[in-house]
Amino acid sequence: MKKLLSILSLVTLMGAGALTSSISYAEVAPAEVIQLAAAEMDTPVEAIAAEAEAAPTVDKGDTAWMMVATLLVILMTVPGLALFYGGLVRSKNMLSILMQVLVVFSLISVAWAVYGYSLAFGSGEGLIYGDLGKLFLSGVTMDSLAATFTDGVMIPEMIFIAFQCTFAGITCALIVGSYAERMKFSAVLLFSLIWFTFSYIPIAHMVWGTGGYLLDKGALDFAGGTVVHINAGVAGLVGAYMVGKRLGYGKEAFTPHSLTMTMVGASLLWVGWFGFNAGSNLEATGGAGLAFINTLLATAAAVLAWTMAEAMTRGKASMLGAASGAVSGLVAITPACGSVGPMGAIIIGFAGGFLCLWGVTGLKKILGADDSLDVFGVHGIGGIVGALLTGVFTHASLGGIGMDTTIIEQVMIQGEGVLITIVWSGVVAFIAYKLVDIVIGLRVSEDEERTGLDTAYHGERAYSN
Amino acid sequence: MKLISAIIKPFKLDEVRDALSAIGVQGITVTEVKGFGRQKGHTELYRGAEYVVDFLPKVKIEIAIPDAILDQVVDAIEKSAATGKIGDGKVFILNLEQVYRIRTGESGADAL
Repeated sequence: MKKLLSILSLVTLMGAGALTSSISYAEVAPAEVIQLAAAEMDTPVEAIAAEAEAAPTVDKGDTAWMMVATLLVILMTVPGLALFYGGLVRSKNMLSILMQVLVVFSLISVAWAVYGYSLAFGSGEGLIYGDLGKLFLSGVTMDSLAATFTDGVMIPEMIFIAFQCTFAGITCALIVGSYAERMKFSAVLLFSLIWFTFSYIPIAHMVWGTGGYLLDKGALDFAGGTVVHINAGVAGLVGAYMVGKRLGYGKEAFTPHSLTMTMVGASLLWVGWFGFNAGSNLEATGGAGLAFINTLLATAAAVLAWTMAEAMTRGKASMLGAASGAVSGLVAITPACGSVGPMGAIIIGFAGGFLCLWGVTGLKKILGADDSLDVFGVHGIGGIVGALLTGVFTHASLGGIGMDTTIIEQVMIQGEGVLITIVWSGVVAFIAYKLVDIVIGLRVSEDEERTGLDTAYHGERAYSN
Repeated sequence: MKLISAIIKPFKLDEVRDALSAIGVQGITVTEVKGFGRQKGHTELYRGAEYVVDFLPKVKIEIAIPDAILDQVVDAIEKSAATGKIGDGKVFILNLEQVYRIRTGESGADAL
């Protein structure tokens, strides 16, 4: 454990000192964060700038909504994601999953405050990273404000930091599902920190940060289809290959130990996702309402799609299928929820449900990896489907809010975002797993795997009989 | 004395118990078990994974009885546990060498 702690602190430092170059000066983005400390107003340049923008409004409704939305994303992760995943593993590994989700989320939260926020959303207008100006949240006070999508309307920066923190946390926790039941606890933590630093932060900055490459390109990703889902899905798939298959994969039955827990988890994910998607609007306005209803409808459509497809191809509609369908719909609508119309959302949900079912069956066989809980099949595929279809249904003629590009142009831009994320996350994940394998080893011993990670790594059991 | 060990369908337990009580059997021991015989199992699907479940849940009952009522007991189990469909189970009969009642120290038929 001592070794692990020293490695963790080392990585933290590496992350903090990481790529700060590659700065370009581009247009001001919606997510730009503006510091309004009174002392800074004294300088003439900033006084003029502040005057030109007029006094920003901070709405109590927006503030309250964003705090609730942040809570909802925490609810998605613990207990939502933890229970969804936990129910799917064998009872001997239940606690290891709950523990990995909880601790990874906590670790990333602290790292987010220490350097993640600054590198992703700092004032620097880098193509890939922000800057180190807000390392340890320096200079952020309770009076600091963050921009929303409406000029002159702002929210307290502390809440913006917390909201974005939960996104970073859940993304890293999602990956846990791919290497479930066989990776060392210390390896999970070290991998998460490295991948967060070199994949989550740059992709988040590229998509949402001021001057970010994909933002400037005009890629649409309202609530994080690329940043969160494709990013995590690819890292998971690479992990499934590199950690290797579970002992007995394909021979023994890995029956989920409690689909009841999985249903509870999936339901909490759905509820929490309203914070994730509608919260990404940053204001309690009609835009949040659009994201809200899209999150409802796409999910419902995906449940129907998965259930129908299962009933037709296998003769039986499974509960696990319907719950997986809900998650696939949520993933697919994530990038689109703020810009497509409700009918577009239903089509995206259907597409997400059908294609993710293929992702966890046909595609999974082709890929040949033991992606234990189908992180790639659901989040990777759902994310890609959602990202591409966002470019289609955002068009005004198809009920969306409209865009400056044609559908084909926009789909090409979306595709570029998808490709960059796949390659970036894949390469970073590969190097990170390799590094962790060399330093502490990825995989548990055969004995530990047979006994189960709960007793082997945590010294306790989920169920006493 | 005989020890009867019978494997039956779980939902038939209450009927078997009633039938045994009716002919004066004083006690039975019940265990939930799994096993396979000629009754086929079923397949379960979890997303892409398909598992064949061969071992089906059954109930095993154990009864110690005096030789005199053996035929009656077997008959009672056969009638009460039957559905006529495959998987109704089996009755095994073993010789029982000795029995002790722990509380009183009685042995043999008195202890049954």
